[in-house]
Amino acid sequence: MSIEADTAVSRTSERVRAIKPSGIRKFFDLLSGMEGAISLGVGEPDYATPWHIREAAIFALEHGRTMYTSNSGTPELRREIARYLAATHELEYDWKSELLVTVGVSEGLDLAARAVLDPGDEVIIPDPCYVSYSAAITLAGGVPVPVPTYEAQSFELNPNDVARYITPKTKAILLGYPANPTGAVMPNDKLAEIAILAERHNLIVISDEIYNRLTYGINVASFASMPGMKDRTILLNGVSKCYSMTGWRIGYAAGPAEIIAGMTKIHQYSMLCASSMGQAAAIEALKNGEEDIQNMVEDYNRRRMVMVSGFNSLGLSCFEPKGAFYAFPSVKSTGLSSDDFAEKLLKEEKVAAVPGTAFGQQGEGYLRCCYATSLSQIEEALERIGRFLKRL
Amino acid sequence: MLKQEILKILETDARATPDGIARMTGGDVTEINKIIAEAEADGTIVRYKTVVNWDKVSNERVEAIIEVRVSPQRDTGFDAIAERIYRFPEARTVYLMSGTYDLAVLVTGKTMHQVANFVSQKLSQIDGVTGTTTHFMLKRYKEDGEILVGGEEIQRQQVVL
Repeated sequence: MSIEADTAVSRTSERVRAIKPSGIRKFFDLLSGMEGAISLGVGEPDYATPWHIREAAIFALEHGRTMYTSNSGTPELRREIARYLAATHELEYDWKSELLVTVGVSEGLDLAARAVLDPGDEVIIPDPCYVSYSAAITLAGGVPVPVPTYEAQSFELNPNDVARYITPKTKAILLGYPANPTGAVMPNDKLAEIAILAERHNLIVISDEIYNRLTYGINVASFASMPGMKDRTILLNGVSKCYSMTGWRIGYAAGPAEIIAGMTKIHQYSMLCASSMGQAAAIEALKNGEEDIQNMVEDYNRRRMVMVSGFNSLGLSCFEPKGAFYAFPSVKSTGLSSDDFAEKLLKEEKVAAVPGTAFGQQGEGYLRCCYATSLSQIEEALERIGRFLKRL
Repeated sequence: MLKQEILKILETDARATPDGIARMTGGDVTEINKIIAEAEADGTIVRYKTVVNWDKVSNERVEAIIEVRVSPQRDTGFDAIAERIYRFPEARTVYLMSGTYDLAVLVTGKTMHQVANFVSQKLSQIDGVTGTTTHFMLKRYKEDGEILVGGEEIQRQQVVL
């Protein structure tokens, strides 16, 4: 190890040293600069933000709305979020005290973890799950406790398994459904069982619902709408995925006033507020973006069908995802590990998919493939994967 | 439901094959073939079209929108005159409009002279046509929902998510 690297390590905090670099980042370093590669790796919509939403931000700029906003977010946006949550999930939130506009769900997650966790508090997370969950908990001084989920159970979090992992130190459960990376959703009866556990053990539930409008053939309930759960749920959502607004970084947290006040305290000392133009765009999205969601869902659904049936016909068994925009095919039949499969596939056929292990131990034997890319790219990728499999 | 889905796919991509549509919708290929054949037969599918950006090729091509004012006729109203106009191959599109004129006619020709001749010698000579205003098209920005100019491709940057 070089002297510089050694010094760099010693200057970072224990908490930072405790988290590993993301497995996705490591993998994409291999991809950079590779010509003709098809990436199924990026978890974001491939559409630009719908024009009427962009127009709202341009209008805000033209009218000089470029100042800081209230720390909690503009009253207009918070009122619109309250209206949206009431309309979509029959959830009533007081926009003044129970809502906070964040810089994407990522900041919301960080704030939630920091606001509720004391050192050593345990947080239950599904395994596999989105790469940030574990890191956000660790950085807040907490201890992530992964609970395995299984393809045979549609990657749903089993309440009986959750119960086994609850200890006196457990403070919260972090749910992320529809799920990144599996596309799994949780049926209402299982959510209700988790609600009973949360009640019984006095747990907070942090519910990342960023994909909850991107579902196929089903509507997904908000965890906060489960009986008795509004008062113990920190609902995290935002406009990034369903309105194709990832770069705007506008999310929100809805929850009990006491917790939202705690999160707001951290937010005001770190971020101050989310961008004013982004908030103007988010108002337009929530007000007039329903059709955009419908169009995107229709489009993603076609791509989902092509990708899932494509993997199955290639002999890579693929669980049918009901939400988000990821397929999670198994590569176990090839005898290769996720990492080896993904690396060989990238080097030999220039198709980038993320090894399932980037999302937890249970991801071994799987790949995360995002189908938010054009149909022609998906079909070409499947063809290349087919060629690759024949050579194995 | 499946029929609507098939039509939407074909409207976006006329080259989508029944096999491809089956993969996208989870439908059965035989059924999809049958639905497409029926839609072609009953005129639901009028034509498979390609939107061409002619500015990209060297071919000279002139387009004009002609506003046509018409005296409606007993019994047939605007229909008989509209028919006389849309029978001309030069008239690519004909609409009956509300407002200050009656028919909008999209005309395509090789030169401005050819279009002008069509208007003065054919269109305006039809009985019942009381006036025309010709607007030559200078630039096509968008057609049939497709943006034809500029349009930067979205460049994704590497991000962990």
